[in-house]
Amino acid sequence: MKNSIAERVNDFIKNYPPFNFIKPESLLEISKQVSIIYLDKGDTLFKKGDHYNEHFYMTRNGAITLYHTSINNTLEIINISDGGDVFGLRPLIAKENYKLTAIANEESIVYAIPIDAFQLITQKNARVQKFLITAFATNTYDPYTAEEAGKIFVDYLPNNNQDMVNFQTANYSKNPITCPLTSTVKEAAIIMSKHRIGCIIVVNENNHPSGIITNSDIKNKIATGRYPIETLVTKIMSSPVITSSKGITVAEGQLQMIKHNIGHLCITKDGTINSKLIGVLTHHDVLVSLGNNPSVILKEIKRAKRTRELRAARLKAETLIKSYIEQSIPISHIFKIMAQINDAVTHRAVKIAIKKMPSKPPVAFVWMSLGSQGRKEQLLFTDQDNAIIFEDVKEGIYDETKAYFLDLAKLVTKSLNKIGFEYCEADMMASNAEWCKSLTEWKSQFNEWILNPDEKAMLLSSIFFDFSPTYGDDSLTLKLSESIYDTLDKTQLFFKFLGRDALKNPSPLTFFKQFVLEKNGDQKDLFNIKSRALMPLIDAARVLTLTNRIKGVNSTYERFEKLAELEPNNKELYESCSYAFKALSKFKTKQGILHNNTGKFIELSTLNKEEQLKLRRCFKPINEIQESLILRFDLKNFG
Amino acid sequence: MKLFSWFKKKETYPDFWEAYLGYFKNKKEQPVPDTRFVAFDTETTGFNIKEDRVLSIGAVSFIDKKISINESLELYVKQDVFKPETVEIHGLMRSDNVDKVSELEAIKAFLKYIKGDILIAHHAGFDKGMINEMLQRHGLGKLKNQFIDTGVLYKRSLHIIYQERAKPYSLDFLGKELNVPMVDRHTATGDALITALVFLKILGRLDKRKHLNWGYLLNK
Repeated sequence: MKNSIAERVNDFIKNYPPFNFIKPESLLEISKQVSIIYLDKGDTLFKKGDHYNEHFYMTRNGAITLYHTSINNTLEIINISDGGDVFGLRPLIAKENYKLTAIANEESIVYAIPIDAFQLITQKNARVQKFLITAFATNTYDPYTAEEAGKIFVDYLPNNNQDMVNFQTANYSKNPITCPLTSTVKEAAIIMSKHRIGCIIVVNENNHPSGIITNSDIKNKIATGRYPIETLVTKIMSSPVITSSKGITVAEGQLQMIKHNIGHLCITKDGTINSKLIGVLTHHDVLVSLGNNPSVILKEIKRAKRTRELRAARLKAETLIKSYIEQSIPISHIFKIMAQINDAVTHRAVKIAIKKMPSKPPVAFVWMSLGSQGRKEQLLFTDQDNAIIFEDVKEGIYDETKAYFLDLAKLVTKSLNKIGFEYCEADMMASNAEWCKSLTEWKSQFNEWILNPDEKAMLLSSIFFDFSPTYGDDSLTLKLSESIYDTLDKTQLFFKFLGRDALKNPSPLTFFKQFVLEKNGDQKDLFNIKSRALMPLIDAARVLTLTNRIKGVNSTYERFEKLAELEPNNKELYESCSYAFKALSKFKTKQGILHNNTGKFIELSTLNKEEQLKLRRCFKPINEIQESLILRFDLKNFG
Repeated sequence: MKLFSWFKKKETYPDFWEAYLGYFKNKKEQPVPDTRFVAFDTETTGFNIKEDRVLSIGAVSFIDKKISINESLELYVKQDVFKPETVEIHGLMRSDNVDKVSELEAIKAFLKYIKGDILIAHHAGFDKGMINEMLQRHGLGKLKNQFIDTGVLYKRSLHIIYQERAKPYSLDFLGKELNVPMVDRHTATGDALITALVFLKILGRLDKRKHLNWGYLLNK
């Protein structure tokens, strides 16, 4: 029987190795057995430890990220499989459980190729076998193999560009905390908790390292009752330790850790265990050195020629946030660096898109970032919100001008999506004809919202009033701002609407001082930190900024700081709002990193008492600012 | 009279129709990921449900986002009605070199394939009408399956701001919006696959907003 779909699958796979090495008539037999799998962003195809499937995979559309699970259970990216790449080859080579985890990096379609059918046909085909072994090695966690393969099949490896950092000398902890061989575990634990450290080195009388005890040793060997607490450290320590001399590079350190499956390296005077201990290099130190270089990331972004390079750079920034949060670096600093990186990524994406267009932009334009990116407070990947203003043109050429910018915007939003910024659900993107227009049209659009406020205008204004120029001629955004303030002078009603909008999410605590939890659907026990706690502050800052005619201050915490300056009698309130906003953002980001999502929903049961209290403390200023809005805009009977 | 006609029906229906009806007895609702869906499309001689005829039926089935190609259905139907002007759209010639089956055989194969499962089609009303008309010509009842129309579902999945601007969402438009590879457009199987992928992508969007339940999907 005719099978058109199999023919189309065949048309696709025959272009890529290993299928291009197979005879056409045999290939069609394989194509008929293929399954098509649709994956939503974040869907897991298989994970480490899963029993092997009867299939291996080829990406048809989108991209699948392959992760290695590191010793401390975090996921590290090994490779990203784009269209035409094969992966999940382990069961084909060895019938073992998966060692990697495959998660959809974006919406993807994957072909699942049955191994039995495939092997029946390709057993004797040497080229196919050779390719598969190379491809398999490339996706395995082994930097050496990847290098030997000459990167023929590795057109994307996120670690490639980290060479600069890799060969820096590792920044290890000097003055390591130690205890003698004669200590008991209890004594060692007391020293560890006093110094707030996760491991202690056991040294002999010459100060040579003999063994190491980590938190998990204490958890697994003492807390479980296997050994009494007065046991000698020598009984439970891991010994011998792995050592190195102090000139070790980040890359070498990482390799040693992978090779010996450990999280700590002892640095000694001559690099052996028979010399004096001078420091400890932890896995955390390595992670920090790999990620903590914003200037390297920025340089990479500016040099990027393709979207996938931008994606690699932006992913590295994610590691950066992680280490910053771990190091308790002030959130305002993290905001600034990430805003710079996000702007640079967007800027570069627009530039690459312009190159792809058949001609240069016909007139001046500006690419505006809206919403959280416009406010410069986007830390994790979130939705993209953007718009284009182009210079006014004569009526005759208006349509073609707009068509040009719409095409451009489509290219940009597509590549931003590939980088990791999801499409805006509400389609507030420059690729939508409504949000790509000339300056005059934008002015009248804002006038319409301001002079005739309604529910819909409010929904939109929360996004559109936080705009900042990212690429192009920013005199266009300045002109728009001026026009907006002129119109705002003519009306008070709009402020009332905005004020009321800022109150739409009442205090996050109920009368009984319980958290207000989400009651709809599956998110039952979750607290929505974005809509309940952050949005009221963001909305309040926006309406107060507009009332005070503040220009060019976009981020919420800076808006509150500016307001504190302008209104000394409310200084305390505004400063506490600024603080609360920063603390809550940090909360959200930590949760996002923990659960690998936007961090919008917080599972209260995972917070300890102290964190819950901290969260509550931030709610007080929310109550107060909402009450002050009611008074200021006379909202008591406005509804 | 009522009893009589019931008996009459019972006796005159062929076995395959009885088997089909059997799928709907004691049918229980399952969780969405365990449910088999069938996306299908028909190519016809035209758009008049009464006069035009089905030239081919294509269908793919899937459970939990996985479409098996060797379980797809591709039927070409022998028809006496032939309109040269629609050949341009579907490319099916009267004497095309494919194995064709009679209408009755097509019905049997189709019913056996769809069972009591949920059917998905784009602008489902038309395809449903064409199949029902076909069933009627052979003295059978109408399709009993529940339907999901991807056009309607897409519209409901949109943000409230854009919903009011109703436009007829064509399969081409949705394919482009949702970034579905548009291959074999205007063949029944090709369109069935596109419809299935469009459906899965909309489902993905709904999932994020926690709307994924039967009440919403079937618009109960």
